[in-house]
Amino acid sequence: METYSLLREFADSWMLLVLFLIFIGMMIWVFRPGSRKIHSDTANIPFRHEDRPAPDQEAPK
Amino acid sequence: MNTGTLNYVKLVVLALATLMAMIAASYARDVAYQVHMVIFMIVAAGLFLTTLRAIDEPTVPTPSNEYFDSVVRAGVIATAFWGVVGFLVGVVIAFQLAFPVLNFEWAEGYANFGRLRPLHTSAVIFAFGGNALIATSFYVVQRTSAARLWGGNLGWFVFWGYQLFIVLAATGYLLGGTQSKEYAEPEWYVDIWLTIVWVAYLAVFLGTIVKRKEPHIYVANWFYLAFIVTVAMLHIVNNISIPVSIWGSKSVQVFSGVQDAMVQWWYGHNAVGFFLTAGFLGMMYYFVPKQAERPVFSYKLSIIHFWALIFLYIWAGPHHLHYTALPDWASTLGMVFSIILWMPSWGGMINGLMTLQGAWDKLRTDPVLRMMVTSLAFYGMSTFEGPMMSIRAVNSLSHYTDWTIGHVHSGALGWNGLVTFGALYYLVPVLWKRERLYSLSLVSWHFWLATIGIVLYAASMWVTGIMEGLMWREVDANGFLVNSFADTVSAKFPMYVVRGLGGVMFLAGAAIMCYNLWMTVRAAPAKASLGTAVPAE
Repeated sequence: METYSLLREFADSWMLLVLFLIFIGMMIWVFRPGSRKIHSDTANIPFRHEDRPAPDQEAPK
Repeated sequence: MNTGTLNYVKLVVLALATLMAMIAASYARDVAYQVHMVIFMIVAAGLFLTTLRAIDEPTVPTPSNEYFDSVVRAGVIATAFWGVVGFLVGVVIAFQLAFPVLNFEWAEGYANFGRLRPLHTSAVIFAFGGNALIATSFYVVQRTSAARLWGGNLGWFVFWGYQLFIVLAATGYLLGGTQSKEYAEPEWYVDIWLTIVWVAYLAVFLGTIVKRKEPHIYVANWFYLAFIVTVAMLHIVNNISIPVSIWGSKSVQVFSGVQDAMVQWWYGHNAVGFFLTAGFLGMMYYFVPKQAERPVFSYKLSIIHFWALIFLYIWAGPHHLHYTALPDWASTLGMVFSIILWMPSWGGMINGLMTLQGAWDKLRTDPVLRMMVTSLAFYGMSTFEGPMMSIRAVNSLSHYTDWTIGHVHSGALGWNGLVTFGALYYLVPVLWKRERLYSLSLVSWHFWLATIGIVLYAASMWVTGIMEGLMWREVDANGFLVNSFADTVSAKFPMYVVRGLGGVMFLAGAAIMCYNLWMTVRAAPAKASLGTAVPAE
């Protein structure tokens, strides 16, 4: 089989399936139990550390 | 290696670069290349002298407990400056189309429409938009990572390196140094320079994310990162070319025919998708919540928005090549993905608009927020119009007409322009430590001039585009075409004048913004000190 047909066949079968599953997996991951708290914390990042960086001593979270 | 030794290495490199540029300028086979090598020579020699003067001087240690904001301030100034330049060139070429006499005899070959048009597109997209993206990304990544920008003076290299790229691109177009690819006109050596700058940009951005103090990467940084990485990939693949001579600007593309067309529009559409959309969405996800003083409406939606946009956009390019030598399956694929893309686009728009939930009253008092919300409305409108125009049947009417130009400008002026203005109005008081903007009523003037200007622009282009498309396809009872091309040109005249006036209004608004920002720095009261002692760290 020539390279073009081979790649073409791979692209619209297995690769398509893999990308689709990754996408669906991402959606499920976003709605996993317990994500609400993490997301509301992350959404508030712009309202912290506005004037200066976090000091070095602060234990990494 | 300590900084002392590093400076000597720098001196050697800069001296060699100056020498090479001198040799190249003297061997140059065309004017564009010669001028560019002289520019390279001056820049390298100037840097050599400044490095030499600073050698063995004690270096001031950079404070890690402060943000690196000087480069962001420079970026804000560059954004405003290139914005006005780009809009001005746009107004000039709009009137050149309406009144061909403005293509002056004496400027033929330098400042006629054909030479100025790419100057306009690159100035607004890459100079205005690019500087806005670099400046805001440096600002946002520091705040949302709670860390100083990584790489020290590498940030300055990115800023000045990018300005050098802009100057090389702009002078190249006027002197005819172009590879004639839409949005990718600069020739091979300018492409190589941009690649170097872009890799440094990626390093600075990623380095800051790596040393972040926040456990999570805020969504705005995901969008900025997608923009930086994808633009690098697009730029390299679309500019694979072999120079005819290393002493000349001309190069030959490696791809040819329909492959070249497909690569070009894969690049071209994703330049829209990742430069003008993903990057500016990063801006939106930081500055809209900040200006509305509340977190984004749904963080879950923002994650889904991001991945859906990234997964879909990359396939949409072939819709630029309907009814060409491109196979039907490919253009159908592009069309289908363009239509699906409507959903994540509107998801993002809704997420931005709904961030104002419970704070809609702010729109009455805050013209900056009004600007951001209007930009989201234009984003929603043009991301509906785009998928519609990608449908093959609609495209057969709209393609090659001014409808396309109208579509691009409702997105670029409405979405990219207004969200950038909003970010600049937010940033200047913060960066220069002012209490507030100099004048809110001037912001309102800017807002209305810009909005009415865009409406005039888009409406006149719809009318003239659809009229032109219908005139081109009109046949008489015997199957002969009714109109000649020149008939459409003369029928378009009034709409061209209206479009030019819309551009004048948009430019006037930007000029008012520059005055307002200037006066904010000069005359607005300084922000009162917080009065709290900085804790010993």
